[in-house]
Order: sequence, then structure tokens, then C-alpha cells
Amino acid sequence: MSDNQSSPALLSRRGLLKGGAALSGLIISAYLPPMVSRSFAADVVKGANLGDGAEKGYGAFVRIDHTGAVTVISPKIEMGQGVQTGIAMMVAEELEVPLSQVTIAEAPPNAALYTDPLLTFQATGGSTSTRYTWEPLRKAGAGARMVLIQAAALRWNVAPSLCRAENGRVLGPNNQSAGYGELVDAAAALPLPTDIPLKPINTFKLLGKSAQRLDTPHKVNGTAKFTIDLQVPGMLIASTRTCPVSGGTLRNLKNEAAAKAIAGVRDVVRLDNAVAVTATNFWACQQALNALDIEWDMGPHAGLDSAKLDKSLFDASAGDGVFAHKAGDIASALKNASSRFEAIYEQPFLSHSPLEPMTCVAHVRADECELWVGCQAPGLAQMGAAKVCGLPVEKVVIHNQLIGGGFGRRLESDFIFQAVDIARKLSYPIKLIWSREEDMTHDRYRPHYVDRLNAALDKDLRPVGWEHRIAGASVVAAYLGGLPADGVDFDAVEVAKDPIYTLKDLQVRYIRHDPEVIPVSWWRGVGPLRSTYAVECFIDELAHNAKADPVNYRLGLMQSQPRAQAVLRKAAEITGWDKPLPAGSGRGVAVSAVFGSFVATIVELEKQGAKGLRIKRLVTVIDCGFANNPTSVASQMEGGTLFGLSAALFNEILIENGQVQQTNFHQYRQIRMSDAPPVEVHIVDSVESPGGVGETGAVPAAAALVNALYAATGVRERRLPLSRSGYFTV
Amino acid sequence: MQKLMVNGVEHQLDVPDDMPLLWVLRDVMGLTGTKYGCGIAQCGVCTVHLDGHATRSCVLPVSAVAGRQVTTIESVGEQPVGQAVQKAWLEHEVVQCGYCQSGQIMSAVALLTEHPKASDEQIVDAMSGNLCRCATYTRIRAAIKSVSQA
Repeated sequence: MSDNQSSPALLSRRGLLKGGAALSGLIISAYLPPMVSRSFAADVVKGANLGDGAEKGYGAFVRIDHTGAVTVISPKIEMGQGVQTGIAMMVAEELEVPLSQVTIAEAPPNAALYTDPLLTFQATGGSTSTRYTWEPLRKAGAGARMVLIQAAALRWNVAPSLCRAENGRVLGPNNQSAGYGELVDAAAALPLPTDIPLKPINTFKLLGKSAQRLDTPHKVNGTAKFTIDLQVPGMLIASTRTCPVSGGTLRNLKNEAAAKAIAGVRDVVRLDNAVAVTATNFWACQQALNALDIEWDMGPHAGLDSAKLDKSLFDASAGDGVFAHKAGDIASALKNASSRFEAIYEQPFLSHSPLEPMTCVAHVRADECELWVGCQAPGLAQMGAAKVCGLPVEKVVIHNQLIGGGFGRRLESDFIFQAVDIARKLSYPIKLIWSREEDMTHDRYRPHYVDRLNAALDKDLRPVGWEHRIAGASVVAAYLGGLPADGVDFDAVEVAKDPIYTLKDLQVRYIRHDPEVIPVSWWRGVGPLRSTYAVECFIDELAHNAKADPVNYRLGLMQSQPRAQAVLRKAAEITGWDKPLPAGSGRGVAVSAVFGSFVATIVELEKQGAKGLRIKRLVTVIDCGFANNPTSVASQMEGGTLFGLSAALFNEILIENGQVQQTNFHQYRQIRMSDAPPVEVHIVDSVESPGGVGETGAVPAAAALVNALYAATGVRERRLPLSRSGYFTV
Repeated sequence: MQKLMVNGVEHQLDVPDDMPLLWVLRDVMGLTGTKYGCGIAQCGVCTVHLDGHATRSCVLPVSAVAGRQVTTIESVGEQPVGQAVQKAWLEHEVVQCGYCQSGQIMSAVALLTEHPKASDEQIVDAMSGNLCRCATYTRIRAAIKSVSQA
């Protein structure tokens, strides 16, 4: 349940919040310990910890041992986006070591060292990873190289400028050569350089060239360990049944003896809103949970259903809310317009449903809580866990792990807190594994939204301006406990208040309407995904209203956006946009500019029968600035595009009696290989600073699909998912 | 007592008849390469080979595999096709989060063992029971095709 109260603690840090809000995507600043006010990015060397035991080097990010092995401490968790390989490449490039010499270690929670200034806390999300690490991680590598060279120069009594680094060694002017391992002790004793020049892009050996990811070899032979695969000594498996209605509690529990009689079962643990069973295996846990006779107090929300929730939001969306953006005078523009065009777009609740269900290994001892868990926000997990087990924060140790799918779900720590709550009542460590049913029915969902747009058109049917009303739950408030004083959820209105189209008059209103019952959170693409769907469908409708070509119409309105224009032109060129398709087929386009990247996606589909859709071609063009590891960029675009299509085609979480109705993948269908052709990705050559790619592919996909449906059929669908209107894939 | 043949080795295990093979592999034998995703044969992350055929282990009672050969991701690389598929997976940089990839690879190896020159249609048919939330299908297709065309 999201908290409707504003948090004074948060609001007092408004300055920080505001600073963050200017940037793209997911931005968070509550929970930030008060002593941290600087950006680590600007302070990489001073913040580094030299001389840490046997390991020497720039301790915060880079460590080099006596054998010369390089460990990069990644402030970002790997959940498939390839970020840790990208980070390793940045360090290896500047440190002059082969990528194969680098291993990755997960950063522990440490706000002073690992706070991401784009997010203002330590987390992986908002497509910020490459944008944030681009400078500090290269500097960490370059700084380490500089002191290693100085150490060698001192040893050989030559000027550092006569030495160079290559392949993990320093080479001197008279054929001297020393491996980094031999130099680390001397290097660590040297003063740290304050000015660290970085290599020019045209001298890169690694960056910009596709590299094989460091984490993948273990993922093709079953040896990679996700949280669900971990074993710690003495550990038992735990699984839970949580009250099916959020806000409900455990009233009574019977049949415990029968549950405990099942082979392998050890304990039954009562929690406020759940029951846990521990056993030697997951299956016995499920058998025991089934054997229990659990009586719930469903709490105050047991009467709610989707129809009520949707109506309540729809009614609220007609309200005025608060201004998120105001330029020009849209009221006069609408009054004086030669014509107007209105549309309402609706998007549903969505589950994350990563294939690795929520899982956490927890061992709570008298003086320490030790957690092994793949999490996107380890600092928040640590603080919350400390509260649950009543230990000081520094007594909570988190070993971050590979993540079997995040998509925003593991920015939340609810399952970690549940694991701690169980483990604190037990003398042994547990591995809490949620069943798929628990995972899907106790997610923190992407909220449902209503976007209302009303455009004032000139005589050529081009928009002079528009009003955009956004109604929905505030994810920012749910995550932070409140909103800034202006009452605007800055994530929800992103893109809407800064569209790529030039509008003389633009007014964005934000209508906060938190749903009863359903906890909400970040979902891949966050606010920009929702806004882009609405704006890109709307501009397409305006183009058709003007009987104009949707590509040309857009291009004419985005003259201040050369990079967006370029990706759109390229996508049109690749797909042969000008070449007409047979009746019943159509192409739809959508453009996005968010997370520092520019994307144009084109979907080509063919209608089969009344509601059958056959997706025939998917093309996406991205300008993400400098593409650090091009193959990873392409992968993210391929997967992100299909991730966005999957939800747009099929996904909607529905509520009855306060309970989520979708329990598993038979009711929450995901895109499969048979549903879509390969995604064709084109990456624009660029030396601009890198943009984000983790969420970027998902952002324009839904609008491109819906626009293609219109092109193929003349039917304009505005409400997602399309399956709701009877469409299916062929 | 269940007698099991897993990755060429015989095991005697004291597990109930109706325990799904998945949990015998993971929680009893410690073979965690085979994953849990849905428990109802909808996602395919638990795919193993039963006498060479791709099978969802999450709904397969352990008693049903008596006398049959179970192969998991941990040993599939010992087969030439398994090795070729794993290599193709790396060459095509298929993997994102990787959680589903054990199952994807097991399905692909079963397909290519039966149909070394699998057609596009056979690839889609064999692979559409395996979900990937990262949606790596573009590269899964390409990797399988590279083996089938080799």
C-alpha cells in the first residue's frame, strides 16, 4: 500500500530531489544518509581506499593484487543488461589490461562510495549505469595506471613520461618491464593524482568494440549461481503464503501437526501477514503450506475489484490535479484553435514476473544479519533489514548476487524483509523462495494510468499546443514516502512535459490517484514508457487526422531534435516506409528520447481474420551516443522491444475481492518466440556521451504496435493490452 | 528409495515418489543449473532431457524417470551437439540475465539432436515453450540456425 502522507524528511531534502529531477528516468533521494552530500563521481580518487590489506589500488572501484589480477568492484548489479562487462571494459581500457584479466566483485552497500548521483542513492535502475560510470570508472582505471607508471619510473629512476603501460605491465625507456603485481605496493604509497586525463575516444582499444560478456560463460553450462541456487551451511529452504489481500493479516492457523508430519519439514513460522514453512526442499514446503488450514483477516480492502479501481481512476483523470508544466497559454490556444483533437489512453497494472522468483538467503544471528540476495538497491535493503531484525545497520551484511531478471522488481526489498522476519525467529539460515503464485500475486505493480490529451490544431491540422493530463498512482511517493512540495511525481510527467515535438503551448497536469490495495513500484521504462505510449499514439492520431504521413508529420514538428529526427529517418529508410503494403498490413512508428538515448521503432504487422495479428517485422534504430559495447546495446534493444510488446499485447493484472487474479504464466502470458520475428537493430555511430539502454528499447514499442494496428486495420485502439480487445498473435 | 540415472551416474535417493524431478535435482542432489520458474510447465526453465527428449522437470514425478536417462545442463556439454550449442550461445551473445538459458539450451540441444538441420519452423515449434523475460529470442534463433547450418 502506498503511503499518502508526505514525508517531512524527504521534503527537507527538496534541493537534492530537484537536482535529480532534472535528469532522466528513475530518480530517488530519500533514504540517503544525511552525511552524504557529494557526488562520488566527482571525487573518485579521494574517495578511493588505498592500502586495503593485501589488495592495493583504487580500492573503491579497482583493486590489483600481487599477481596483477584486477578486480573491478561494480557499483551496479548484473541482471542481464551487460553492465558489469561494460564497466570492466571502461577500467581495462584506461588501465591497459586485457579484459580477460579483469574479474568483477559486487560492491557492498556503501553510500559514501557507491551512490549513483543520477539516482542519488546506491542502486541499479533508471538506465543510469553507463551514464554514471562512464567518467568515474574510466578515471579509476586511468588513475591506477598513472601511479603504477610513477612507481615503475621511480624504481628505474626515469621520468614517468618515458614509461608507458601495456597489457598489464609498465614498460620503460631502456626495455625495462614490470608487471602491475610487482608495482602495487610502491604505487599504493604514492600520492594520488588530482588531474586524471582520459584517453581520447579515437585511441580506444576496447571500448566501442563488441566484447563477449564476462558473466555469460557460466550461464550456458549451469554453473552461474543466482540467489535461488545458493547453499550456506545448515540452511533450510523456506517458502511462504502471504495474505492474498494487501493489508490483511494472519488470523488463525490450524493443522500445523499435519504440515510438520510431511517428510523434510522443520518449522512453521507465523508472521503478521503470512505463514512460512521451512524444510529440506522447496516441494516439501509447498506440500506443508497446502496442508495448513490458514485463516486470514482480509483487512479493509477485500471488497475492491478492477472495475471499481478503473472507474475511480478514470473519474479522477478528468480533474485538474496540479500543474507539472505550463508554457504558453493552452486555454486560449484551445479556444482559438481552428480545430481540436482529444484522446484518452489507458494502461493497466503490470507485474514484473522475472523468471527467478523473489528469493533471499538470510541468516540472523544475535549480533549480525547476513543476507545473500540479488537486489537492485542494496543500501535500502540493508537499512530496512536492520529495522526488521533490530540490529544496527552496520551489522547487516549483504552479499549481492546475480539477478535472474529484475525489470524494477528488485528495487523493492519486501521479500528480503520477509526473509529476515522469518530468519530472526529461527536458529539456522534459510533460503526463502517464493512460488510463482506468490511472486505474481504479491508483486509491487506498475500502476494503471489514464492519459488525456487535448490538442489545439492550426488550419493545417498541426498542433499549436496541447494539454496532457496524467492520472495514476505515484510511484515516486510509494518509494520515497512522499512527493516534493509541488505535488508532482517527476517520473510520471517526464517526456510529457518535455516532448520532442515543438509546441507553442503546452500544459501538463498531474493527478495523483493512488489505488487502494495495490502496492506500486518501478517497472522497466518507468514514467517515460507510459508517457511515450500516450504521446506517440496521440501524434500518430494527429497525423492521420491531418491525412499526413506519420513519419513526415513527426519530422515537421521535431525540428529542434536532430538526433530524434535522424533515428526516425533511418528507421523509415530501413523499413522502406515509402513502399506501400498490401491491404490488411501496416507499419506503425514511435519515437522516444529518454535516458540520454534516441530511438525510433517500426512495427510491421498483418491482420489475420477479425482479431489475429501477425507481427512481420520489427526494426529499431538507436542513437545512444557512444556505444560502449555495441553487442550489449543491440541485445538490450532486441529484448527491450519485445519486453514492451509483450506487455502491450497481453498483460494486465486484474483484481477481484482485493486479490490479484493472475497467478502464473497461463494467466499472464509472455511473448514467446512464435509471437514475433527477430528484432532488427541499427545503432547510430556517435561520439556523444553514452546514453542508457537498459529500458530504452521497451519505451516506444507499445505505441509502434498500436500505430501499426491502425495502419493495418483503420481501428484505433487506445487501451492496453490489445488482448483486452480480443486481439491475439498468429 | 528411488533409483535414478542422472548425467550417466546412478543414484539411490530416499525421496517421495511424487516429488517432481526438478526438486530432486536442485534440493536433494544440488544440481542447481536446472531452474524453477513456474511449477506448471509454462515457462520451460526447468527443461532437462529424458532419454534425449526435452522434458519439463517441474511437473515430472521422480518415480516416472526410473530406468530412464536424465541429462541436465551440467553434463549436456559432454555431447557434441550440447557443446556446439553452448559455443553458439556465447558466439551470438545470446544470454542476458541467463536464468532461463539452461532450459533454452536443453530445448535447443534436443531439437538439434533430433533435427540437425532444423528448419525455421521446427526451431519456432521446439523453442516456443521456453519463456525468456529478457526476450533473447532474436539471438536464440540465430544461435540455433548457426548450428543447424554448420
